[in-house]
Amino acid sequence: MKARVTVTLKSGILDPQGKAIEGALRSLGVAGVASVRQGKVFDIEIEGDDRAQAEVMLKQAADKLLANTVIENYRVEVVG
Amino acid sequence: MKAAVLVFPGINRERDMARTLELMSGTAPAMVWHAETALPGGTDLVVIPGGFSYGDYLRCGAIAARAPIMDAVRGFAAQGGLVLGVCNGFQILCETGLLPGVLMRNQQLKFICRDVYLRVERSNTAFTRGYNAGQVIRVPVAHGEGNYIADGETIARLEGEGRVLFRYCSPDGMIDPNWNHNGAINAIAGILNERGNVLGMMPHPENHVEAALGVTDGRGLFAGLMETLDRAA
Repeated sequence: MKARVTVTLKSGILDPQGKAIEGALRSLGVAGVASVRQGKVFDIEIEGDDRAQAEVMLKQAADKLLANTVIENYRVEVVG
Repeated sequence: MKAAVLVFPGINRERDMARTLELMSGTAPAMVWHAETALPGGTDLVVIPGGFSYGDYLRCGAIAARAPIMDAVRGFAAQGGLVLGVCNGFQILCETGLLPGVLMRNQQLKFICRDVYLRVERSNTAFTRGYNAGQVIRVPVAHGEGNYIADGETIARLEGEGRVLFRYCSPDGMIDPNWNHNGAINAIAGILNERGNVLGMMPHPENHVEAALGVTDGRGLFAGLMETLDRAA
């Protein structure tokens, strides 16, 4: 099975990298960008085919390592 | 002083730290590899030095914080043992949860390598008794992610409990955004844990201890630590 964990900064946390990207898009003339927040995507291959178990495992992975929940939120998806 | 300096792949300030510890205490520290599961017997100070553990992959300090030796460090701290984390060491302590908050990318997105001024906020701690409260010291920084932040409640607690030990300041000790080079909230450069035995700081006091380099303001930290350990002995 394939899964994806998406980690994003919590709202209210300053994201200087997102701000820099936002500025670069503006200077490239890409119009209509109101704001950019940068995050991370982890594509994970999972052994076995138990979706429920996979979700539990992925949440554990996110809590223990992939995300720092002081500043980040995460979303877990088993994509099949 | 029987110090242990932790060594992770990608750390590069461990020799500076070891040299300073030996210079100040007369005893060379033990260098402890990250895969070890125990600290050397009789260790009375654990130091996590600066560098780029695991190439700063994922988040600065995130992988090192989960290394086998960190369980031993957690146990050591839980028993009241003194732990000092400098630069990447501070980031690692935050990632382990031994200190609250997190160190974000510097506000102006640049890696900053230069001397800064710090105001020592308290002298009545295990780490800062070699300084006077309000004293301004000059020490170097070298980091890209030193912008300290935590939720409002945590910051209020840190401030209320006097756990901010170092703040970025002007040469005459004023807290001023122009001298807060990385944008840290409340100009925080170093914090103490609740129990007062774990200190994390971004600047490098170990690099300003030798007269040949012109500034020796870092000596107070190590002299203070030695006094603390002597008193406890």
